[in-house]
Amino acid sequence: MDEPGCYCSYYNNCIWLLIIYNVGFKNFCFKKSLWVFHFGGASCNNCDIEILDCLTPRHDLERFGILLVGSIRHADVLLVNGAINKRDKERLLEIYNQAPKPILVVAIGACGCTGGYFTESYTFAGPVDKIIPVNAYVPGCPPKPEAIIAGIVKLVENS
Amino acid sequence: MAINVFYFLVFPGLLFTAIAGAFLSWFDRKITARVQFRKGPPVFQPFYDFFKLLLVKETILPKYGSPVIFLLAPVFAVFGAVMAGVFILLPLLNITTGFRGDLIVIFYLLTIPSFSYIIGALASGNPLAAVGGSREMKLIMSYELTFLLVIAGIIMKCGQHFDLSSIIQVQQAGSPFIGSISGVLLFIVAIFCIQAKLALVPFDMPEAEAEITEGIFIEYSGAAYALIKLAKYIMFFILPAFLVALFMNGFRIEGTGILWAVLKIFAVVLIMTLIRNTNPRVKIKQAIRFFAIWMNLVAIVAIIIIAFGY
Repeated sequence: MDEPGCYCSYYNNCIWLLIIYNVGFKNFCFKKSLWVFHFGGASCNNCDIEILDCLTPRHDLERFGILLVGSIRHADVLLVNGAINKRDKERLLEIYNQAPKPILVVAIGACGCTGGYFTESYTFAGPVDKIIPVNAYVPGCPPKPEAIIAGIVKLVENS
Repeated sequence: MAINVFYFLVFPGLLFTAIAGAFLSWFDRKITARVQFRKGPPVFQPFYDFFKLLLVKETILPKYGSPVIFLLAPVFAVFGAVMAGVFILLPLLNITTGFRGDLIVIFYLLTIPSFSYIIGALASGNPLAAVGGSREMKLIMSYELTFLLVIAGIIMKCGQHFDLSSIIQVQQAGSPFIGSISGVLLFIVAIFCIQAKLALVPFDMPEAEAEITEGIFIEYSGAAYALIKLAKYIMFFILPAFLVALFMNGFRIEGTGILWAVLKIFAVVLIMTLIRNTNPRVKIKQAIRFFAIWMNLVAIVAIIIIAFGY
């Protein structure tokens, strides 16, 4: 008599396993291949150089599947550094809207996180998290490549 | 009928070429990393990239363009690559012999992915994609004649056989074509041709990352870009396999022959990767001159040597 019920629960379990597995698989693949697009605001170029340092042979972020891509359409992570001034704000919003949607935003450096030295400047348009939602902050002026890697590891663990 | 579907979708077709091509693509990235004293990505990196693009990311359609053609172009690219792969791999694996003249069919099928990239790029309505598309078109016009000369040389060398299985049988009965002077010259030309076909570094102006930010693929995202990645993986396997069939007497699927087959493919990919890692990107004018004058000259010299019987 309870054969159909058994079958049904078994079937339900299968569906749930499939869903969990599927979600887990998607998340796993996403974590394993983060492609990074680099947006430089009104930066002093120190953070840019430290970001490029992460991709050099010494720190080699490609071993985690992280690549620097040229087009925002391919990006999974948007790195923003530098103070965002009034002109940059429009560009940053446009770039963010053009990105395909599971996208993580990382604010790098003191200027990206809070505004740093430029907080009271008359062209300053607010730190990055006033403009777009930010998933991780990497403070420092400039942050060391090790700090950027630690930030990305935390981002991957929590996403 | 069922066996044909199986050939197309599973064994020498879509699934097999995709997996083999993904591993070769990992091999390419790993060798690149080792050349630059880096550690390199893990083995399954191409699979992670593909499934991330296919399952997770959103596909954005162009606003000022033709969405239907934009989405159909990657499908055509995968289709052309898989068809060429089936026609190349069936004689290579000795499953069934090809028909008479399948070399010409393979030659035309191998250009379908490049043409669909152009169509997709022009349908996206992005100016940088249009620049990339025009560059790809110029590149096709410069290397296709050279590639045809290589195939003509092979046909002359094996004694007017137009099908791949006869070419492989002639080589297995005698010696591989790469063991002769004309064979070496033709092999050098063919390596540069497939370098341009795959858009690897000396000839990667269509998707130059630094100047036109991926060029022809700039507007692709999500599942459409995953299909383009798939077509690229498949091309990365079948073009070295085609060279192995033309020059290195194909595969023998028995005993240690399997090991030799894998080693031959790896050797061709290694040569391509080393060329890619030790050269800068040339300008489109230089690439056209390189193929139209120098490579054609080498191919014609090789054909003349073949006519004298070496």
